[in-house]
Amino acid sequence: MQTTLFTYQACTVDSYGLSCFSPASVPQLTNSPTLIVMVGLPARGKTYISKKLSRYLNWIGVPTKVFNLGQYRREAVQSYKNFEFFRPDNEEAMQIRRACATNALEDVVIYFSKEHGQVAVFDATNTTRERRISIVSFSKEKGYKVFFVESICDDPDIIAQNITEVKVSSPDYVNCDKDEAQADFLKRIECYKQTYVPLDDEKDRHLSYIKIFNVGSRYLVNRVQDHIQSRIVYYLMNIHVTPRSIFLSRHGESELNLLGRIGGDSGLSPRGHKYATALGGFIKGQHIKDLKVWTSHMKRTIQTAEHLGIPYEQWKALNEIDAGVCEELTYEDIQENHPEEFALRDQDKYRYRYPKGESYEDLVHRLEPVIMELERQENVLVVCHQAVMRCLLAYLLDKTADELPYLKCPLHTVLKLTPVAYGCRVEHICLNIEAVNTHRERPGNVDITRNPEEALKTIPDHF
Amino acid sequence: MPWFVLSFHNICMTNCPTLIVTVGLPARGKTYISKKLTRYLNWIGVPTREFNVGQYRRECVKIYKSFEFFRPDNEEGLKIRQQCASAALNDVRQYLADKGGQVAVFDATNTTRERRGTITAFAEQNGFKVFFVESVCEDPEVIAENIVQVKLGSPDYTNCNTEEAMEDFKKRIKCYENSYETLDEVLDRDLSYIKIMDVGRRYLVNQVQDHIQSRIVYYLMNIHITPRSIYLCRHGESDLNVKGCIGGDSGLSPRGKEFANYLGQFIQSQEISDLKVWTSQMKRTIQTAEAVSVPYEQWKALNEIDAGVCEEMMYEEIQQHYPLEFAMRDQDKYRYRYPKGESYEDLVQRLEPVIMELERQENILVVCHQAIMRCLLAYFLDKTAEELPYLKCPLHTVLKLTPVAYGCKVESIYLNVDAVNTHRDRPEVGISTYSHTDTDFVADLVNIRGNLCYA
Repeated sequence: MQTTLFTYQACTVDSYGLSCFSPASVPQLTNSPTLIVMVGLPARGKTYISKKLSRYLNWIGVPTKVFNLGQYRREAVQSYKNFEFFRPDNEEAMQIRRACATNALEDVVIYFSKEHGQVAVFDATNTTRERRISIVSFSKEKGYKVFFVESICDDPDIIAQNITEVKVSSPDYVNCDKDEAQADFLKRIECYKQTYVPLDDEKDRHLSYIKIFNVGSRYLVNRVQDHIQSRIVYYLMNIHVTPRSIFLSRHGESELNLLGRIGGDSGLSPRGHKYATALGGFIKGQHIKDLKVWTSHMKRTIQTAEHLGIPYEQWKALNEIDAGVCEELTYEDIQENHPEEFALRDQDKYRYRYPKGESYEDLVHRLEPVIMELERQENVLVVCHQAVMRCLLAYLLDKTADELPYLKCPLHTVLKLTPVAYGCRVEHICLNIEAVNTHRERPGNVDITRNPEEALKTIPDHF
Repeated sequence: MPWFVLSFHNICMTNCPTLIVTVGLPARGKTYISKKLTRYLNWIGVPTREFNVGQYRRECVKIYKSFEFFRPDNEEGLKIRQQCASAALNDVRQYLADKGGQVAVFDATNTTRERRGTITAFAEQNGFKVFFVESVCEDPEVIAENIVQVKLGSPDYTNCNTEEAMEDFKKRIKCYENSYETLDEVLDRDLSYIKIMDVGRRYLVNQVQDHIQSRIVYYLMNIHITPRSIYLCRHGESDLNVKGCIGGDSGLSPRGKEFANYLGQFIQSQEISDLKVWTSQMKRTIQTAEAVSVPYEQWKALNEIDAGVCEEMMYEEIQQHYPLEFAMRDQDKYRYRYPKGESYEDLVQRLEPVIMELERQENILVVCHQAIMRCLLAYFLDKTAEELPYLKCPLHTVLKLTPVAYGCKVESIYLNVDAVNTHRDRPEVGISTYSHTDTDFVADLVNIRGNLCYA
């Protein structure tokens, strides 16, 4: 019986007792925790940016959490009456708001010191210099790096749109009609305007920050300190709010799918070709403006895209996960020839790396440029593979590393994702062409001592 | 009929060619930025060329007399400078429209709004996108250092001593200062540009139009000019190296271990401040770094090229089992992809984040592999895709790269531990580099001009 080397997370300890391993393929992005501080009047997209940034950082493996001050305020003041709460001369309210900020920052400390957080996003207006100075000294005391993200917008249409999309439906306005809510919110903004001091070119020249003007037409970037801040800046400069849809689909059923074999580079089965044709029809019926189509370099996605009659781009990064020594094997073969590996994979499907192959964690890393470009694009159809689609979906729907490898991505089904408010609306469109099921649930027994029946309990049927 | 779009690497970077226009007073780093950006874009596969108007001027006016040439009231001088700019733009047009160029970097001061208007009109006429890169710097120390590093040695000042040259150049800068119109937030709000202030402390980015401009901005925001050195070396000799096999994941041979120890000593002797050490995730680089006794980070992206079906074979075996593949690789070693493996072209793509992070770092030692080191070296030394796969990266030799002026100084340090030679030169047609293969057979194969398979 050979002992199986853990093929993932090679960990060694050097002569200083320092562990010299990094999570899979990404080097240490930052040494000290980073506090991202949002700045801006209400309805400038701060929460949108906070949530999106947090989703991206978590996806690339940087534990991140958003601390939204509005939520703390809602917990402290059970029912919201009206904008008067936010008047700068409302002493009682000021005290409550200050206490909320302190509580939020205390939670940040817990997140960093006890919960292994690396980045915290402090989502509040932070519109006065006084407030920002206190945050900077707090961070200095604790040894956190600070990076400000200010959103400046004076386009009344954008602001009105924001209010409609996310404010009117906020818990604060649950008992108001749309117009009342809108009017009250505008008065709320006025309360902040009186004391708003934007980050200043001169006075704040020692701070690290990015200023975003008018939803991204212009950016001012000052004193980027390290890798994570550089990545954050790059990400923020690539996202946009133009309405669009992202269509995700796997290739049509392949010859190897039919045989229950994983990986490989086979062509489409007859049913797979049928799906490709149906997909072409579906896409035409959607009347999508300027649709971009992306495939991998593998035959099955290319053959699927061919039926669309639209130019497509091939990305090697979209290739299916490399199953290394298990390429083109059935699950039964894997159980027979590599039973320990099979069990190890079930124990930690996200981090497990096939011998001479890849892990889901590796996939996420190689898909990062795809995600970055997806953010830049507008209407896109991505024809890819099961593991790849799970990774992309996890990013778009904010799924954790534990959920990711078990997301359901059946063959012959298109997912239409439309960004809305703070998230994504998902429509599943099954094109009604039969296909094998390739989804394997986590079996009950993941121990390496389990017997073959237990290991093979959840494998899908095949020919 | 296949509908796929031929793209650079994975994505079509841009549909129309892009004209990058530098803006700034003399000695603000415009040429440094132009050359570096050009090197980076070419390395990632975007055909780019820089057009330095100063060079056109030097060809036109054979002998440089003094700063007086640049005085704003020097009618004759102005005429010549305008002609040079036009000549350069003409070459830009040829490069982008006829010669397959994707990006042209127009390196000149371009300090007046009028001049920039002319260039924008020229670009519009020809269907090129324009992206301005302005460098603004008022730090007298930085400017003086620039002048010392790159101006004093310029052909303009071959017959001057240091003080004379410095004086003249400062007067030259003055000639531009009065008419300098920096890119303005309001007046130029419809232009696409990045304004770099104080050597990267601050950036203003306006109206980024597409993917390539976004990548250019990201790159420019990650480079710095703090002096530092980059050390590149391969892992110590491995057991598979000794057998003459490629790829695999073997440990170090006894000589390889010796090299690792010597490497540790060498690094210590260099007394490098804040050295970072990177390795791949393969045993042989990790074992090598262990001996250096500095914390190291492992990058999967630094793993050796995946030779697919040829992994762990000797060249003789590849010749025997995959003679056609072997020949095709020799025909186009850069683009050739091993079946179920990678090409050098793929490597460059997966190394791009490594290069980006290398730019951000300061002193660093990268312990990697032959093909990887070739790719990294090609980036630093501006080697073409043709040269890249044949760069010499012998075992047990450290390359110390120190950025200087517009390029990189290279010191090669052999640590005196014997190792096998793993370098295989490009074979001449019909002649094999391995004596025990059938020469005629190989010649026939190499002459087969079949389609190279990229699948």
